Amino acid sequence: MISEHLVDLSRLQFGATAMYHFLFVPLTVGMVWLLVIMESVYVMTGNVIWKDMTRFWGKLFGINFALGVTTGITLEFQFGTNWAYYSHYVGDIFGAPLAIEGMMAFFLESTMIGLFFFGWDRLRRQHHLLVTLLMAVGTNLSALWILIANGWMQNPVGSEFSYLTMRMEMVDFWAVVFNPVAQAKFVHTVSAGYVTGSMFVLSISSWYLLRKRDVEFAKRSFRVAAAFGLASALSVIVLGDESGYTVGEAQQTKMAAMEAMWETKPAPAGLTLVAGINEAESKNDWEVEIPWVMGLIGTRSVSKQIPGINAIKEKSRVRISRGIVAVNALETLRKHRNDRAALDVFNKYKADLGFGLLLKKYVIDVNQATPAIIERAVNDTVPRVTPMFWAFRAMVGLGVAMLLLFAVAFWSTLKSACTQRPWLLRWALWMLPTPWIACELGWFVAEYGRQPWTIYGVLPTHMSVSTLSVNNLYGSLAGFIAFYTALLAVEMFLMVKFARQGPGSLGTGRYDHDATMMEVQHA
Amino acid sequence: MLDYSTLKIIWWLLVGFLLIGFAIMDGHDMGVGTLLPFVGRSDLERRVVINTIGPHWEGNQVWFIVGGGALFAAWPVVYATAFSGFYWAMMLVLWALFFRPVGFDYRSKIHNAAWRSTWDLGLFIGGALPPLVFGIAFGNLLQGVPFQFDNYLVSTYTGSFWQLLNPFSLLAGVVSSAMLTLQGGTYLAHRTEGVIQTRAIKGAIGAAIVLACSFIAAGIWLQSIDGYRITSVIDMAAAPDVLDKSVVREAGAWMANYARQPMLWLLPAMGLVGAALAAGLLLIRRTLSAFVASSMAVVGVIGTAGASMFPFVMPSSSMPDASLTVWDSVSSHLSLAIMFWAALIFIPLIVLYTSWAYRIMRGKVTTAHVRANQHTTY
Repeated sequence: MISEHLVDLSRLQFGATAMYHFLFVPLTVGMVWLLVIMESVYVMTGNVIWKDMTRFWGKLFGINFALGVTTGITLEFQFGTNWAYYSHYVGDIFGAPLAIEGMMAFFLESTMIGLFFFGWDRLRRQHHLLVTLLMAVGTNLSALWILIANGWMQNPVGSEFSYLTMRMEMVDFWAVVFNPVAQAKFVHTVSAGYVTGSMFVLSISSWYLLRKRDVEFAKRSFRVAAAFGLASALSVIVLGDESGYTVGEAQQTKMAAMEAMWETKPAPAGLTLVAGINEAESKNDWEVEIPWVMGLIGTRSVSKQIPGINAIKEKSRVRISRGIVAVNALETLRKHRNDRAALDVFNKYKADLGFGLLLKKYVIDVNQATPAIIERAVNDTVPRVTPMFWAFRAMVGLGVAMLLLFAVAFWSTLKSACTQRPWLLRWALWMLPTPWIACELGWFVAEYGRQPWTIYGVLPTHMSVSTLSVNNLYGSLAGFIAFYTALLAVEMFLMVKFARQGPGSLGTGRYDHDATMMEVQHA
Repeated sequence: MLDYSTLKIIWWLLVGFLLIGFAIMDGHDMGVGTLLPFVGRSDLERRVVINTIGPHWEGNQVWFIVGGGALFAAWPVVYATAFSGFYWAMMLVLWALFFRPVGFDYRSKIHNAAWRSTWDLGLFIGGALPPLVFGIAFGNLLQGVPFQFDNYLVSTYTGSFWQLLNPFSLLAGVVSSAMLTLQGGTYLAHRTEGVIQTRAIKGAIGAAIVLACSFIAAGIWLQSIDGYRITSVIDMAAAPDVLDKSVVREAGAWMANYARQPMLWLLPAMGLVGAALAAGLLLIRRTLSAFVASSMAVVGVIGTAGASMFPFVMPSSSMPDASLTVWDSVSSHLSLAIMFWAALIFIPLIVLYTSWAYRIMRGKVTTAHVRANQHTTY
């Protein structure tokens, strides 16, 4: 049996490195469009301040991008190094979007970023703008393919299990690509990135304005960020990930957990604002509810029901008992490939194979599973409610706060009044960390909410790991912690240094704190 | 749709193509990183060296990423078994690669000698270590790797990290390091001038000599190493099953393909001629042709390793029947077909815009250029 300790450490390593990677990705995904907007204005008006804006924000973009690339390679390696059985079991489907991401998107993005930084004097204006645009397209296509892969983990469509190859195999590529869960995730995730990019530019511009430095530069940056941020914040909330939550069981399970909905409520269900969650007794001690809203958000209708946690568990219980039959038939087939009787049984029960495999966390032979063990497996099928419930609420709360800020900021720039409202500038400055917190919470809800599965209903997390010793994991985890702490310190140091120095760091002689002038003074 | 057995061979060629693409493109960046401390003696010289690859290394690195992605998609069981089996080797490569994105971007942003020399060391490690580890990994593949499968196809690697560092695979590591150093040296010779160029040429010629000698030595050694041979009949169109075949280990098995197809001798010949030609062309300062010759050597050397092992990809020394081959470690027919079409569409596009990027940035990188663009160059 696979050591639980190994599974926990593998999850810790993947979770930590994935969330660390996602500190850098949203800023890249969002800021790249701000660069496109700024450079477009430069090409249209010929006003050099817009070129300087593109170059200065581009410099900060580059500092962030470097760590995004660094930490992204880790993830691609880690499926193989630490999740070998997962890679074998679903590589036939999961590998394709990753490989296409590389060929279609990441290549484009990475080739263009070199020309973005070094091509200013070698390309005509319009051509350089085209380079920036292609870089943005590449970045966003990259997010699309990664989220198609991730969406398949939540809602595994277009595939079928083969007992001969002992893995999932693709039967419909377009179903995987147009997976509704993946599409909803894509819109939600890139919009969250756009918000992050906008907040970054808005906050730092506000800081310049508060200090009355580089005012013309900062005012323009503030305006672009406020407008783009408002549109993006609306998109994140209105086109929220929830539009995908009605599709597939995994998403329904997640929804029930993050809403602490123990019992199926009559439609349209109310939205629980806050609650005292009592996981031991599977109930809420108290709750504050807004009628109707949940049903509307969750199902986009007034008549459809959303299943509660206890109903989901009852369904799991049935599927686990069918899964036991499937596992037995599979094990017979693996020994005797031509056993017709076993094949007939297997075909009848194979949709529940994954649920049978859940028992392998506790017993090698699923027939040895006692009622108590089956009960544990049933309880495993719903993630813990408390962290889901509060993480989701914190994310939504931060989203609404950001929307409010962008709305006020946009209104103020329309009135050309942002410089006269120091309270707004200070508010924008203090909001700087919020999109990162919201993004991390979002990933947490999506990934923790899928437990105990790596592929919902297909492959349990505990079976997905590589057969490594626990010591290997301690070693690599220590290495990652050391490297990532040092890298984060260096990145933050540079980011703060250049953000403080401002556009003067370009050394053009047009701004405060000019780099070339400062060197002359030193000399 | 192309039939399954054809697609299996196409994917062997495509993985080879991606590996060669990686070695030619990202390989020259790694070679430049390896040569950095020796070719650039002052801060300004090092900035010149770094800026020859500054605009391109990022795109080139994607050959590596796509190689990994393609392996995942087309040969998932190879990806799973190799990456988890070579756990510490992969971690070393990964951590070495960490130094590059940050090294390139951060190094010249701070005007401080200790800061810059630390990143220079990082760029050297990021350039020198991965080729060495890849060579060592190939050396182990040629000898077979101790791993096995159970009936659920869970793979277990039973060796240790230190076991990978045996004499033959260390020699393969030397071949790989010398090859990519040559690749970097010829590139650097083409993009620099004066004293930097002279040093790059010296380094590249040294690398060519080491490459030729170690490649010949490895070739001779290979004769006495046990290769692997499939003894059962394989149904190439059937669902791939890694456990459904018999394999024996025997001396000289890696030479069997050359006996059957004497044309294959062109590959090792290409490796040697390419290295010699690159050195010769550098002596008469035909730098671009030297880069092409060096790339030819890359094709020859990697092609030799692939041709010797075909149809094996990753033989198992502890359970030879479970060896991974071109026939049984592949994805489903549909996945291979889709990925083939994706590659057919996107790889030409990649080649096209990469060439455009090099054209835009063409010409020598000089100390005057770096001095005039202090704040915008690496």
